[in-house]
Amino acid sequence: MGSEKPKVDLLPGTLDMLVLKILMRGRFHGYAIAQLIQQLSDDLLRVEEGSLYPALQRLELNGWIDGEWGLSANNRRARFYNLTPAGRKHLSQESVSYRQVTGAVARIMGFA
Amino acid sequence: MRRRLRYWLHHGERQRLLWEEMQFHIESMTEDLVAHGMCEQEARAAAHRKFGNMTQQSEQARSTWIACWLSDLAQDLRHSFRGMRRDAGFAAFTILIAGLGIGASSTVFSVVNALLLRPLPFRDPARLVWLTNGGDFTAIQTEHYSDLRELNRSFSDLAGWCAYYFPGDHELTGAGEPERLTSVPVTQNFFEVLGVQPMLGRQFTTGESQGKYSAPPAMLLTYNFWRSRFASDPNVVGRRLTLNNTPATVVGVLPASFDFASVFAPGTPVDIFVPWPLTDKAKPSGNTMKVVGRLKPGATVRGAQAELAMLAKQLESRHPERNPIAPRLALLEQHVSGPVSPALFVLACAVGVVMLIVCANLSNLQLARLGARQKEIALRSALGAGHFRLLRQMLTESVALSCCGALLGLVLAEAGTREVAHLHAFNLPLLESVRIDGSALLFTFLAAVASGVVFGLLPALRASSISLREGLQDAGRGSSGGKRHAWVRDGLVVAELAFACILLVGAGLLIRSFLRVLDVNPGFQPERAAALRIDPSFRLSSLARQNSFIDDVLNRVRAVPGMVAAGITDALPLRDDRAWAVAAAGQIYAKGHQPESFVRVVTDGYFAAAGIPLRFGREFTEQDRASSERVVVVNETFARTLWPGQNPVGQMITTDKGRRVVGVVADVSHAALEAASGLEMYLPMRQTGDYADMQLVVRTALPPDRLAAGIRTVLRPIDPNLPVREFVTFQDLVDKAVSPRRFLVMLLAGFAGFALVLASLGIYAVISFSVSQRTQEIGIRMALGASASDLQRRIVLRTLGLALAGLALGMAASRALGSALDSLLFGITTGDPVTYIEVGTLLILVAAIAGYIPAWKASRIDPIIALRCN
Repeated sequence: MGSEKPKVDLLPGTLDMLVLKILMRGRFHGYAIAQLIQQLSDDLLRVEEGSLYPALQRLELNGWIDGEWGLSANNRRARFYNLTPAGRKHLSQESVSYRQVTGAVARIMGFA
Repeated sequence: MRRRLRYWLHHGERQRLLWEEMQFHIESMTEDLVAHGMCEQEARAAAHRKFGNMTQQSEQARSTWIACWLSDLAQDLRHSFRGMRRDAGFAAFTILIAGLGIGASSTVFSVVNALLLRPLPFRDPARLVWLTNGGDFTAIQTEHYSDLRELNRSFSDLAGWCAYYFPGDHELTGAGEPERLTSVPVTQNFFEVLGVQPMLGRQFTTGESQGKYSAPPAMLLTYNFWRSRFASDPNVVGRRLTLNNTPATVVGVLPASFDFASVFAPGTPVDIFVPWPLTDKAKPSGNTMKVVGRLKPGATVRGAQAELAMLAKQLESRHPERNPIAPRLALLEQHVSGPVSPALFVLACAVGVVMLIVCANLSNLQLARLGARQKEIALRSALGAGHFRLLRQMLTESVALSCCGALLGLVLAEAGTREVAHLHAFNLPLLESVRIDGSALLFTFLAAVASGVVFGLLPALRASSISLREGLQDAGRGSSGGKRHAWVRDGLVVAELAFACILLVGAGLLIRSFLRVLDVNPGFQPERAAALRIDPSFRLSSLARQNSFIDDVLNRVRAVPGMVAAGITDALPLRDDRAWAVAAAGQIYAKGHQPESFVRVVTDGYFAAAGIPLRFGREFTEQDRASSERVVVVNETFARTLWPGQNPVGQMITTDKGRRVVGVVADVSHAALEAASGLEMYLPMRQTGDYADMQLVVRTALPPDRLAAGIRTVLRPIDPNLPVREFVTFQDLVDKAVSPRRFLVMLLAGFAGFALVLASLGIYAVISFSVSQRTQEIGIRMALGASASDLQRRIVLRTLGLALAGLALGMAASRALGSALDSLLFGITTGDPVTYIEVGTLLILVAAIAGYIPAWKASRIDPIIALRCN
């Protein structure tokens, strides 16, 4: 195995948004979601399993995602998640406010 | 929210699925790692390591739909129940004691709730006012009532009922067995003022309230009478029955919630209500009416009082021929429950003290058990249970125990309240409405939680402060106590003893008062005396006819074998009352200062039958008839009041057209055993028709019940319709008069007994625990030559030390609190030395026994075994 990249902690509240965003691409199971987040961030962001599953439970409880059982690529039973219309709406709200916040932070830090 | 609930309901299933999902995650990770060239086993281990503690993860994930505290609570509860099963003896004992305590508390709460807290069963009871005439229970004249009703502006209406109804006044015939009914004449607006709607039928009409007093045309049935006599027949409304030989129509049935007797006349159930025609000239005259009023919105008792006082003054000057009137108002609620509230207050305090003792006892028990659980607790905290988490777990345990106790307590309270509600012989208002209701359930629950927290707090604090090292060290039990710990437990025992002492003193004072009351000479001899109501079902049209009836009855009854004496009276002692103003011939009394005397109309033989001793002169004889001189027999107080220092026999009174005193008899308790009897005079029945009922009073050689059948048989030929339901022994009259006091004494003595048992158990537990902790030390002492009796003395002395400390505290507190009992005592003071000495002796004795048992066991310890046991 190659050398471990330094772990970057997610900003609080962003995990939910990231999960929702990933699910815009289609239906995935938990492991795939974690993998995708890691790959898309060039291994910079790592999702702790300890926070992923509570997040999935929370999102499902709020009716933003829908879980259903299906078969994985290697024919194993896995739980796949779908984005619901409510989740789509929530995601767009979240990304707007996230952009505002990061923009503000960036302006203060002089990045922009 | 609904989704959350659904998740929670299916949480077992969801838990399993979540687990499977995470399992899949690990599998996938393992596969990836293997694909990267890692060996399978290593990969699996790495994946697990990376994933972390699966249980904890799943718990965290789960916590999104189950609140964390809830699952912790469930866990603690599971743990508590497992603990209870493991230590069943301890759990059973705790539940039993907590159950007894909570049961007693809930029962007393239900009584207090029914008598003091719950509103009276009328519409808007806070505006109902009780109107009396001077004294607390004095009635007013109907003419005054009519005028006051018309003139006042404070009340929306005034209503009244006839105070002079007696049990069995009306005779119901023509519908099955003849039966004597207790009926109350009421004004037409009576139910309207109280805000009571008949359950069936209607109220009295104005027309029905203008008939003749002696022949009411209509009646309303009480719920209980309707149920017992007419089997809840809804068609009873409109039926024509025969009441005192005149037809009367049932116009309605009152609801079960309306219980006249329990509010206005405790202990005397009412069967029917009849209209009271105030227009009838032949109705009883004098102060006969008891009045309730409904205040207008905005009117106050004080304002109404002032207005009525002014009106009364006007009425008195306008109608000098009427009786004096001095209206006094009190809220109905205060009037009804006021007299019993000191007793209830004492009961509530007593049961509170019992609960404190229960808590102290259980706390002590838990502390003792803690020694054995020390290692378990230390292990828990070593595994990461925080201080707060441990505290909470211990508290959950004790609350769970006390809630189990509360379940038992509820069963007991249910039985207790049912028992209390059926104490018909008790002269207490609203007793029948005592039951476990919603507020009692809430109270029980709160009491359970509170007592669980109270008795669990000390042990919980102690448990959560156990240090790891101390707890896990295998030093054995010898050293675990510690000075501070022992001090806490001793303190708890002292507190228990002090509380028990307070209860014992209170109960002791009340028991001694009760015995004093029972010792009061009622003026008659209750043993073997009984009364039977015998008013003939036909009208006694003349004195001659009446006298031949009396002769007939007495001759036949006196011939019954086993009969010692028989007579007739119109009023039984301690139950019925009627008073007239009296005057000695030749005396002038200032207005308002004329003496009043109770009036009884009796035949010859009554004094012997009731056992009232003759002091001077003679009794009535069969010769005191309409044709002979009008005579009267008076009691000693009467003689003393009217003719102080003179021979009363031969004196004249002007009352009742003038009568000559021929004899003086002993005073008879009239209102209550505790109260002085007042003036009494006896008129010969054969000389007057002015009485309402005839009570045959018999004195028998055998218990009176045995003669009841014989008396009925001999009376049947005279009047085949004679109802014979009521056979009252004089002992019943006395019992009923002392019943409220008996009620209080019984409950308080029960509490005190329970407290004593708990306190002695507490001492026993503490002493035997300290003995068991010091087994080794005792072994050494004995090996070094300490004798068994020496050892026993040391242990018993320590017990007595604790007992004395508790006693001193308890006695001091009793002395300070004693004044609360003042109004309930009779014949003794709150500082009654005999009670204090008796209680002290009892407590010391019990403590000595409780301490001696462990001492005796300790002295039998074999030094070799004791030394070897570690």
